[in-house]
Amino acid sequence: MKNTGKIVGINKNMITVEFEGNVKQNEVAYAVLDESRLKTEVIRIRGNRADLQVFEDTRGLKMDDVVEFTGELLSVELGPGLLGQLYDGLQNPLHKLAGELGFFLQRGKHINALPEDTKWEFTPCVKPGDKLQAADAVGTVKEGGFTHKIMVPFHLPDRYEVVEIAESGEYCVKDQVALIKDKRGSFIPLSMMFEWPIRKPVTSYRERLDPAEPLITRIRIIDTLFPVAKGGTYCIPGPFGAGKTVLQQITSRNAKVDIVIVAACGERAGEVVETIKEFPGIIDPFTGRPLMERTIIVCNTSSMPVAAREASVYTAITMAEYYRQMGLDVLILADSTSRWAQAMRERSSRLEEIPGEEAFPAYLESTIAGFYERSGLVRLRDGSTGAITIGGTVSPAGGNFEEPVTQATLKVVGAFHGLSRDRSDARHYPAIDPLDSWSKYTGIIDNRSRNHTVRLLSKAHEISQMMKVVGEEGITLDDYILYLKGEFFDNVYLQQNAFDPVDMATSEERQKKVFSIIKEIIDATLDLNNKDDARNFFNRSRQIFLDYNSSEWDTNDFLENERLIRELFHKYRKAGTEIETHIFRQALVESEMDSHFSRAKTAKTKKGEKLTMVKEENEEDIQ
Amino acid sequence: MRKIYNKITQISGNVIVLSATGIKYGELAVIKSERGDSFAEVIRIDGKLVYLQVFAGSGGISTGDEVRFLGKQMEVSFSDNLLGRVFDGTGRPRDGGPILTKNLIEIGGPTVNPAKRLIPSNMIHTGIPMIDLFNSLVESQKISIFTTSGEPYNELLARVALQAKVDIIILGGMGLRYDDYLFLKNTLESEGSLSRSILCIHTAADPVVECIMVPDISLTIAENFALHGKKVLVLLTDMKNFCDALKEIAITMEQVPSNRGYPGDLYSQLAARYEKAVDFEDAGSVTILSITTMPGNDVTHPVPDNTGYITEGQYYLNNGRIEPFGSLSRLKQFVNKKTRDDHRPLMDAMVQLYAYYQEVLEKKAMGFRMTRSDNRFLKYGILFERNLMDLSVEMSLEEALDTGWRILSECFVPEETGIRTELIKKFWPKEKPQVNA
Repeated sequence: MKNTGKIVGINKNMITVEFEGNVKQNEVAYAVLDESRLKTEVIRIRGNRADLQVFEDTRGLKMDDVVEFTGELLSVELGPGLLGQLYDGLQNPLHKLAGELGFFLQRGKHINALPEDTKWEFTPCVKPGDKLQAADAVGTVKEGGFTHKIMVPFHLPDRYEVVEIAESGEYCVKDQVALIKDKRGSFIPLSMMFEWPIRKPVTSYRERLDPAEPLITRIRIIDTLFPVAKGGTYCIPGPFGAGKTVLQQITSRNAKVDIVIVAACGERAGEVVETIKEFPGIIDPFTGRPLMERTIIVCNTSSMPVAAREASVYTAITMAEYYRQMGLDVLILADSTSRWAQAMRERSSRLEEIPGEEAFPAYLESTIAGFYERSGLVRLRDGSTGAITIGGTVSPAGGNFEEPVTQATLKVVGAFHGLSRDRSDARHYPAIDPLDSWSKYTGIIDNRSRNHTVRLLSKAHEISQMMKVVGEEGITLDDYILYLKGEFFDNVYLQQNAFDPVDMATSEERQKKVFSIIKEIIDATLDLNNKDDARNFFNRSRQIFLDYNSSEWDTNDFLENERLIRELFHKYRKAGTEIETHIFRQALVESEMDSHFSRAKTAKTKKGEKLTMVKEENEEDIQ
Repeated sequence: MRKIYNKITQISGNVIVLSATGIKYGELAVIKSERGDSFAEVIRIDGKLVYLQVFAGSGGISTGDEVRFLGKQMEVSFSDNLLGRVFDGTGRPRDGGPILTKNLIEIGGPTVNPAKRLIPSNMIHTGIPMIDLFNSLVESQKISIFTTSGEPYNELLARVALQAKVDIIILGGMGLRYDDYLFLKNTLESEGSLSRSILCIHTAADPVVECIMVPDISLTIAENFALHGKKVLVLLTDMKNFCDALKEIAITMEQVPSNRGYPGDLYSQLAARYEKAVDFEDAGSVTILSITTMPGNDVTHPVPDNTGYITEGQYYLNNGRIEPFGSLSRLKQFVNKKTRDDHRPLMDAMVQLYAYYQEVLEKKAMGFRMTRSDNRFLKYGILFERNLMDLSVEMSLEEALDTGWRILSECFVPEETGIRTELIKKFWPKEKPQVNA
């Protein structure tokens, strides 16, 4: 007999249900409304009453309406056919829904996530008598460009013996492809798909490894200065309009990983549309196949039900874990984790829990940590490795990074790409602020050069602030050259033109080369006699460099521009002075004393003091 | 079967509580009190207790008043007869005309499937150069005008309503001062635009609950006209009042506030409305232009802040002008590539030069000597502000582009503008330009 209950309370998307028998925390139940069944999840049980969050609009429900408990946790379907799909937060395929329902989403409508009638070419890789355990492959199918492993479901706890295995041939996801037997001799049939509860991490691997290998995003400022590791985590906080979503879109296009899962969580629907409509037409240069074939979009945009938004990031990460078990590199882009946190806040407020900071629930930090900790580079039982990298955007209220979600996220991520309104207003894209951001990972450039360059930028920034007050005339030639070097590096390297077909993505090899050329220039003492000379030199270098950036790798154009740069540089280079250490001496002492982060802050206050001081002097001059 | 109850057990704020059975969540009821009839909506059910939010406020309601449940949700009549009419927040006529009862549709319907959305592709011409030229308004866009009290935002909205090239204008007013309402209505009437407009007006004197119904009613009507192939522009003023109404209700409901008293679901509430902006394949579209006043011109205030994360850009209306900096139409790149070849480069060049003008102004204020080139920028800035930024300027996009070129040629030589040579050849004015200086 089905376990049922009846509704005794309704408050927006929260219903209270009276039940008999047993109810499991986080189990799925359906509220019956006329013909349709609204999906809900148990989130609190007190006595014989359970609070359920409803994933859809609750209008029309009434007292004593029936709720059917399923006994199953909120789960997603895993199997071939996930790639290229567009899902809502509960894994309903939106294209299929659109085909059945037209323009609008209708509540209570569920469609299975995996296409049931698609035939997959199955190749077995075990034979009867083989011993298996959870996550071991019984065979493979071809899914797009990938070899998709058909695995023993992750929830099976023991060791099993293969009794039957299907021959090579075409099968649908629900067809039986293997029969296995446990110790007690009971038989378990396996198809190509199974379900897994989304809130439970998949741990069917041998060990977690240190994420040491950089993930190439082909965005220069990230790869060079603030790298992300395969299996690592990073976050992108920024005020609205600073380009978080654009940065995520570029990453989803260019990142060198096997699979990208975009979790569009509580943001604008229009932004997802661009990805949906354009990706099928873009060819991935590494695999030669449409980008859509390596992408899954989980889309629960801001006007879709809030409770499903809360679930959507878990839906995304569970699918990522599934593909990681096949030894693939998966990147999750969650946009935006703040909306997810807000969904938790709404739920918490309906449960009338005691609020924490800014009314976020007290478990906000542990929940965020729990999500990011599902990332990681792992060694699987067959010896191969797979990785999940998580990149989450954060939309802090008022652009203020001190708020709870940003702070909770910063504690658990390995890299921080802070976007700044100043940079986006100045059209410096990507608007990652090099003075605020940090990364704990090792990238393609050695750490010493990385820190060195960041110091140069911070010094150049200080000088530029000074120049705003005293004008170009008020600073020394040495300082001016340093300032121009910083600007030059920013202009030709950190900024990247997302509309230029070549400049939009820079390979690792190219970054290393271009960076070494720039490093030579900024480390050298230049033979420039006055500020005009200096400005001219850098303007010309910049012009050639911009052309260089948009010329394709190893073409004649590319080589010619490189020759021009070197020629110009060697003309002005002072011989015998390899590194201009004296300029950085002070900065070096500072950085040894302070951590990276607090240094940026002290630099800011120092700047302020200097500014007012100089300003007064200047005013006296004028008088 | 309509149920009638006459035992109200609790009245607080705008919410009344009574015992009733078989009531649906979201259902509508009518309360008869000495102040007249008022609608109320079920906002919570707790056992036998039903919580009703009374649209007209609970003032004057007695515990013995009659409550009649209607068994249906909030609905609004939809037909062409709506055109030219004025309604209040609950859909009752405000203009003395007949009550419309035919073809009722539920308000606040389901969400559009993201898979069925289109990439925006059509520009809406407004005749305001700072919008058309610099930050084009795009069909199906949702965008807000960030401004402060005292700025001429309703005047701007009225001009957009008069000049915008769309089929239907729906004006949703929330917390409007009565004279603002009269101004908007009279402007539309005198210019003969009322016949293509529908007004849903909540004035500052009306009950606060009706305020939060205005966007829902306006957008439901808009959505249905769009499904019938019409290009609809929804103007909402002022969304700050809408948020304040939400705040008031949330606090009387004893919800835990999140930020400056606003409820934690402010973002979702705003998004649910703004996301109604859509372009239907083979049908019409809904575009939303709203006003958000910022207290103390503070963009980090929760209302403009949450709005900025939802809308596809914003216009800053400051000192009676739409600022070129900060203002941003996120969708403009979808449309300004196919207007005229010089649109994008001219737009970029003019804004960059204007930014430089601002720097020169700062320099001047600090007492530095002005060079000749500085003086050229000063002249440019003044011409730019007078001929393009001024709110009274009305011209088509083509005229605005030509004016832009004339201003440039008046102040600079072509090389100073940083525009590509081929465009200079094509568009740089040949004879001595005439600009009103």
